[in-house]
Amino acid sequence: MSEGKIVASFVVPVHPHTVLAPDQNPGWKRLREAFDQAAQTIRELDADLIVVYSTTWPSVIGHQIQSDPNPEWVMVDHDFHDLGSIPYSFNIDQKFAHAWDDANKARGLQSRCVNYKGFPIDVGSVVALTLLNPDNKIPAVIVSSNVYANRSETTVMAKACLDVVKAQGKKVVAVTAMSLSNRMFTDFIEPSEDKIHSLKDHEWNQKILEFLRQGRLEDVGQLSRTIQRQIRVQKVVAFKPMWWLSAMNGNRNDLTGNVMAYEAIHGAGGAVVHLDPTPSGVGDKEYDEEDIEYFHGERGVLDAVEDIQAEEITPATNQNSGPELWEPTEREGSVNTDSAPKPVGAYPHARRVGNMLYLSGVGPRQPGTNAIPGGPIHDENDEPLDYDIKAQTHAVVENVRRVVEEAGGTMDQVVDVTTFLVDMKRDFSGYNEVWAETLGKVGPTRTTLAIDALPTPIAVEMKVIVHLGE
Amino acid sequence: MGKGKIVAGCLAPHPPHLVYAENPPQNEPTAEGGWEQLRWGYERLRASLANVEYDAIVVLSPHWQTYVGTHFLGLPHFEGLSVDPVFPNLFRYHYDLNIDVDLTQAIHNEAQASGLSVKLMENPDFRVDYGTIVTGHMFNPTWDKPMVVISSNRSSQYYSVEVMQDMMIELGKVTRKAIEESGKRVVVIASNSLSHRHFTTESEVPEDMSKEHITSHAMHLWDMRMIDYMVKGQSQRILDEMPEFTEQAIAESDGGAFSWLLSALNVPDYPAILHGYGTIIGTGNAIVEWPCHAHEEGME
Repeated sequence: MSEGKIVASFVVPVHPHTVLAPDQNPGWKRLREAFDQAAQTIRELDADLIVVYSTTWPSVIGHQIQSDPNPEWVMVDHDFHDLGSIPYSFNIDQKFAHAWDDANKARGLQSRCVNYKGFPIDVGSVVALTLLNPDNKIPAVIVSSNVYANRSETTVMAKACLDVVKAQGKKVVAVTAMSLSNRMFTDFIEPSEDKIHSLKDHEWNQKILEFLRQGRLEDVGQLSRTIQRQIRVQKVVAFKPMWWLSAMNGNRNDLTGNVMAYEAIHGAGGAVVHLDPTPSGVGDKEYDEEDIEYFHGERGVLDAVEDIQAEEITPATNQNSGPELWEPTEREGSVNTDSAPKPVGAYPHARRVGNMLYLSGVGPRQPGTNAIPGGPIHDENDEPLDYDIKAQTHAVVENVRRVVEEAGGTMDQVVDVTTFLVDMKRDFSGYNEVWAETLGKVGPTRTTLAIDALPTPIAVEMKVIVHLGE
Repeated sequence: MGKGKIVAGCLAPHPPHLVYAENPPQNEPTAEGGWEQLRWGYERLRASLANVEYDAIVVLSPHWQTYVGTHFLGLPHFEGLSVDPVFPNLFRYHYDLNIDVDLTQAIHNEAQASGLSVKLMENPDFRVDYGTIVTGHMFNPTWDKPMVVISSNRSSQYYSVEVMQDMMIELGKVTRKAIEESGKRVVVIASNSLSHRHFTTESEVPEDMSKEHITSHAMHLWDMRMIDYMVKGQSQRILDEMPEFTEQAIAESDGGAFSWLLSALNVPDYPAILHGYGTIIGTGNAIVEWPCHAHEEGME
């Protein structure tokens, strides 16, 4: 199986003019030509899958993923119905859709697949897939834009998608169907009169495109809230797609960008932009927002769970506290990775013997920062602190995944786990819940032990054995 | 031809849950009931108007959202399958409705003459929005009256609630004028809820009523305040407080239907009849009737 990865990303406009009326305005024509060129690029990349995040598909109950293998209907735009109808018949990768749904849930998100005859595919998705994949040869997946989702939820949703991309070894094209400035003229205009609604909108659009041309996708993502305030009508879906697209690309600022077209569609800013993952050799992050692996925010109104924002539950611990950190040892068969936390002694992250992989005890500490998601269990004076066992457990599982994947394995090859908890009475329930959402779905045998303490101020550690296959 | 009139105005919300809970043959999913307070409210509304004759229903739904002007369904007949994009598990409804094209054209023309941006929707492939269909079904399950269907212009999002309300008050006035000049007896309906903060999760059994409640006390207070104004005939106060209500209760009145309705009813100062109140996935919903036929000039 080949390595799963994002082979290209595209930003494309949502309105139907590029499909139905490209000849009525030179700008619409240029957008259409850029769409056609993008379609050619996608064909040449030999992509396995197109994933569309559409801002014109709002959802309320978490994110929705289209899983009808062949949705067919005729789309008519609510505003521009006089331009005509767009019949569609798409080729949806149902297996990927369900795997993404599972991955979303494993990362703490509310998510569901929708597979209903006659489901109204939104205009942005219809335009994108009609033009980027005209012969339907490449399977696609479409995801909604949740009305209430914040940056952490949108970012984690992209990471869940990447989990599946890697697990299934897909070569994926990521697409955001979106406007830049989204203020349209509120009156009817002749096609020849079309232009960007205001100079302010145009200047902000130019700034966004300047960043994208330089491959600075994460910078645009981190400007999303400002962009939303400056040039966006407060429709139900905010300027979230750049959060998703940036996370799909590893939150990078050194992509290779190409603005293929930028034009007005009834006053809104429409652009076709190609982002190639090839490093441009320039650019770096100017500032960083918190990186989020699991969503722990408010999604449980019905069950009155605690309302904890993901950003608030991952405080960095004192990086200098606790035992000394060691470089992992390198004896034959050792498997080590920079994406797992450094050991607290002379041992490797894992060791391979034949087709078996034995992991050293894995805790929730984060590589690089040594931060403990969910917080440490005590401070430097050994005074107990409140902490989130579920966040710690999620982080442990993620660290396990990083080590296993470094060895060329996958999580579904985990066969045996021994878990150590420092407070069985307090933590078993939360730990068990996360287990059920993650490793419990894989099905390894499990032993859970209560112990006095662990070397660092953490509450949970796992000892894992993996059968890597033949 | 005699002078036409509005015989009743209604606030008639459109949560697909209500149709789902009733298990009508047109809807594919089936339920074990649920949301009875509101469904009984609709029963009372239907009973209240059972002996009132009328020729057409004019409805404004916030789920046909247009950003370029106000649009009207302009063909005589629409049929098809409506699948709610947010709750497709609950609402997949086979609809078949008729349009009063003459009345539609008359309201459209009056609105255009008053300076509003308007357009007739004449694409036969167009799918009618689920808000119109839910309200249409709950108000008139036999679908035996022709309708006028008006889109929700999103001027509250482009400009402000105040601008939206100015436009909707004008649209309400021209709606009333066109109805009076048509010689027809008409029911006008605003298809919207009150407070509109959803839950973001759905219970395993959607109709599990042990999970249903308003999302917050603040939302409840706003709903009760609005209902109090309605049943005391204080419509002008509703219009006066519409910006605060819309913002603080995240109310569906941002779609303009509520303002349009009160304007079409000439900002009634007589008590409305509250037929029911209940919550749906945390949003506040009231079923309210202004019995114009009993209060306005020429009452029967």
